[in-house]
Amino acid sequence: MKFKRFFVKSFLNKNDSVKNKIRILIFLYLEASILINIQMPSYSLKINGKSVTVEADADTPLLWVLRDELDMVGTKFGCGIAQCGACTVHVGDIAMRSCSLQISTIEGESITTIEGLSEDGTHPVQEAWKEIDVPQCGYCQAGQIMTASAFLKNNPNPSKEEIRQAMHGNICRCASYNRIEKAVELAAKNS
Amino acid sequence: MKSQNNSLSFSRRNFLKTSALAGGGMLIGFNLLTSCKPGVEPPVDISKLNFNDFNAFIKISDEGYVTIFSPNPEIGQGVKTSMPMIIAEELDVAWDKVNVAQGALDTKNYRRQVAGGSQSIRQGWDALRQTGATARQMLINAAAIKWGVDASTCSASEGVITNANGDKLGYGEVVKEAAGMEVPENVKLKEVKDYKIIGQDIGNVDIDKIRTGKPLFGLDYKAEGMMYASVLRPPAFGKKLASFDDSEARKVNGVTDVVRFGDKIKSIENQVAGFTRATDKIAVIGTSTWAVMKGKKALMAQWDDDGNLESTEDHDKELFKILNGKKFDTRREDGNVEKAFAKADKVIERTYESPFLPHNCMEPMNFYADVKSDKIHLVGPVQTPQWLSGLIAGMFKRKPEEIHIEMTRMGGGFGRRLYSDFALEAAEISDQIKKPVKVVFSREDDMAAGTYRPAIKYRIKASIKDGKITGYHLKEAAINGNMYGLIPHFFPAGCIPNYKVSTGNYKSKMTTGAWRAPYTNFLAFAEQSFFSELAEALGKDHPTLLIELLQNVKGTDDKRIEYSGQRMEDTIKLAVEKSNWGNSSEGSYQGFAAYYSHNTHVAEVAEVEFKNGNPIVKKVTVAVDCGIVVNPLGAKNQIEGGVIDGIGHAMYGNLSFKEGTPQSVNFDRYRLIRMQETPQVDVHFVQNEFSPTGLGEPGLPPAGGAVANAIAAAGKRMFNQPFVNELEKKGKKILG
Repeated sequence: MKFKRFFVKSFLNKNDSVKNKIRILIFLYLEASILINIQMPSYSLKINGKSVTVEADADTPLLWVLRDELDMVGTKFGCGIAQCGACTVHVGDIAMRSCSLQISTIEGESITTIEGLSEDGTHPVQEAWKEIDVPQCGYCQAGQIMTASAFLKNNPNPSKEEIRQAMHGNICRCASYNRIEKAVELAAKNS
Repeated sequence: MKSQNNSLSFSRRNFLKTSALAGGGMLIGFNLLTSCKPGVEPPVDISKLNFNDFNAFIKISDEGYVTIFSPNPEIGQGVKTSMPMIIAEELDVAWDKVNVAQGALDTKNYRRQVAGGSQSIRQGWDALRQTGATARQMLINAAAIKWGVDASTCSASEGVITNANGDKLGYGEVVKEAAGMEVPENVKLKEVKDYKIIGQDIGNVDIDKIRTGKPLFGLDYKAEGMMYASVLRPPAFGKKLASFDDSEARKVNGVTDVVRFGDKIKSIENQVAGFTRATDKIAVIGTSTWAVMKGKKALMAQWDDDGNLESTEDHDKELFKILNGKKFDTRREDGNVEKAFAKADKVIERTYESPFLPHNCMEPMNFYADVKSDKIHLVGPVQTPQWLSGLIAGMFKRKPEEIHIEMTRMGGGFGRRLYSDFALEAAEISDQIKKPVKVVFSREDDMAAGTYRPAIKYRIKASIKDGKITGYHLKEAAINGNMYGLIPHFFPAGCIPNYKVSTGNYKSKMTTGAWRAPYTNFLAFAEQSFFSELAEALGKDHPTLLIELLQNVKGTDDKRIEYSGQRMEDTIKLAVEKSNWGNSSEGSYQGFAAYYSHNTHVAEVAEVEFKNGNPIVKKVTVAVDCGIVVNPLGAKNQIEGGVIDGIGHAMYGNLSFKEGTPQSVNFDRYRLIRMQETPQVDVHFVQNEFSPTGLGEPGLPPAGGAVANAIAAAGKRMFNQPFVNELEKKGKKILG
């Protein structure tokens, strides 16, 4: 497992030398002969514009690959059955629940997580979240932001009713719903 | 009643000590609500902050930047922003020069390191102001010595000290000298009119981390060599583990071990029986969350029970047996209610019922533990680290100083994280496998292993004689506990001459505990629904009736009565004014409720419309008296959320049991309020200079009552929660 993380991190790390990468590949090859016994397949993913290869069982949800294998913990676990929206990511331009996306079904897809929505938190939705001061506990907010940003891309000038409908699938247990609504309105205005 | 004033009642001695930092700057260690031990000095190295000696620190750098190490746990109630605001106000520094860091914590000496009961701001108010003001005075004194002038001729503002000649020195320029000075006493606190930060809208200090997905929460925590654990607990309350087969679980990729555990937790059973089932459980250990969750599903376990498993129908039967019986404890008795009922022109009696509720924090329960022979390291979201520390010490027979607990930001609490069952499990598993481990609850685990708000029934009886309410008898039948503290002395205690509160209790196998605004979360609905009916019977307007009654409590010398007749009246009047009460538009129905809890007075007006006969809550106007509003932006957020949360649970919240098994364990079968069902919440604060009180809870209790009374205004009284079930019985469904 440790080696797997090392492998992934090295390929994410642009500064790592080619020589080092080759060394890792050789190491991987040797390790692979052991891994074959437990048949953990590997998958190539494109996450936030970077290519990543991970080994995981075919049924592993993207959520847990992101959180446990890639150390990208911005995408949250809420229910595991696509009911609460805490784990929302973009697959292409579409908001989807990463807890219910098996890794084997999304190979080659371009995936955006909260960490990659903008380089420095300047996406209009992220800016609006700050201006309106939306969060209370903050746990569901990455999912809310991902749902809102995909929605606005598809519908840049939504009505209030459309906003309420679009955000209906994301639960906020602190019930910061009034502010989520206002922030989506503001983001639409500013983008 | 305590009013805001500039002289402080708590001991000023030894609550604050300073040191010069080795790398430059000044460190102030202080204690909220408690004295420092003699001989203890704050460290000169910032990496050695020891929260055993002080429960909070302020660092002022050579450049005048201020870092506040705020130790209070943040569960979404905003204290990580508002408590430092109070220090910064009295210290008098610009907020943009203030940085707030979560103190890594320890608990031995920390008396109020608990988030609960909406008390953080109320209890910290004096100490936080005193700390900021004392530090400011020390900086002024240091500058005065440098200038050779009398300190009384100098003043400080926004991090700059000025003397009578107009000379200026920044805080950073005198920190070294200030650090070595004696701590002054009797420092002057600011007048409310001079506040520059308190009363301003300050955004959440963690907003940038939250909106970019940085690690913040317990579930995000990782450590070298950490394993994951998923725990199989008894499927029903009252069942115990008999045997299990883990052969399939062990075949799952990434599963490294399966262990049976429970002896250590059972060894402190008498301390934890209320909130966790001290029975053997099975932990699946592995290298990823997914692996251990899959592994758990592959376990085959057999469970034993004594044939006595509880269902919701049993709870109903037992609670009605209490209400209809004679075995009650009397919590308050004024006059003679029976005589009042006997002489009455009219007696009204109603019964109100509520179900069990899970907390459903969005971040499922989780905790990291690393139990080693010389020390125990625990990290995660918990509201009561000090209590946890004591339980762990008992479980492992260790000294408190060997236990180090770090608190993470919490993805919601609502009372659930007061109980540390998940941390105890993590510790026992770590001890058994001799590795650091993080226990992660699935949503199903979280909902099925709760410390639920127990089902409660209230029966209220009142008498009317000559157009006045002469008697009032409230009976409570509850599971595993009863209303506590001063609740029996809340309104209408002191307003009605013959008044009685009686409570009865049923001991259940279900684990139960505090849930946002314990007892009052449902009692307020029952009481304010009842007063709406009393007002109707008297031919009076609901808020007018309440104001009439409140006149009777003004000037009371009953010390048990904490709510204020005058403040409640002002709050009611503000809600009436702002909501345009009594002037609802065609097709819109208004409902009123007022309630005092957690030292804060709240009044709410709900506006409900009907679509195809189904009620839709359009708007709630709220008036709040929480004294001085420290951070209006955060305060409004708390009230908006509390109101919608209150409506959501009154409308939809329902957890039932069948033979000990919870009937909903995930959001497909448990309904939480969502965007399209939410009203606009319009919040107004009563302006005054009373000391601030908390806001995490008091917005919630009146919300259900206000909505119920609006639905009643349209002809349908609600007596049972959730309202959806009531309305379905009447052939009406609620649509969002």
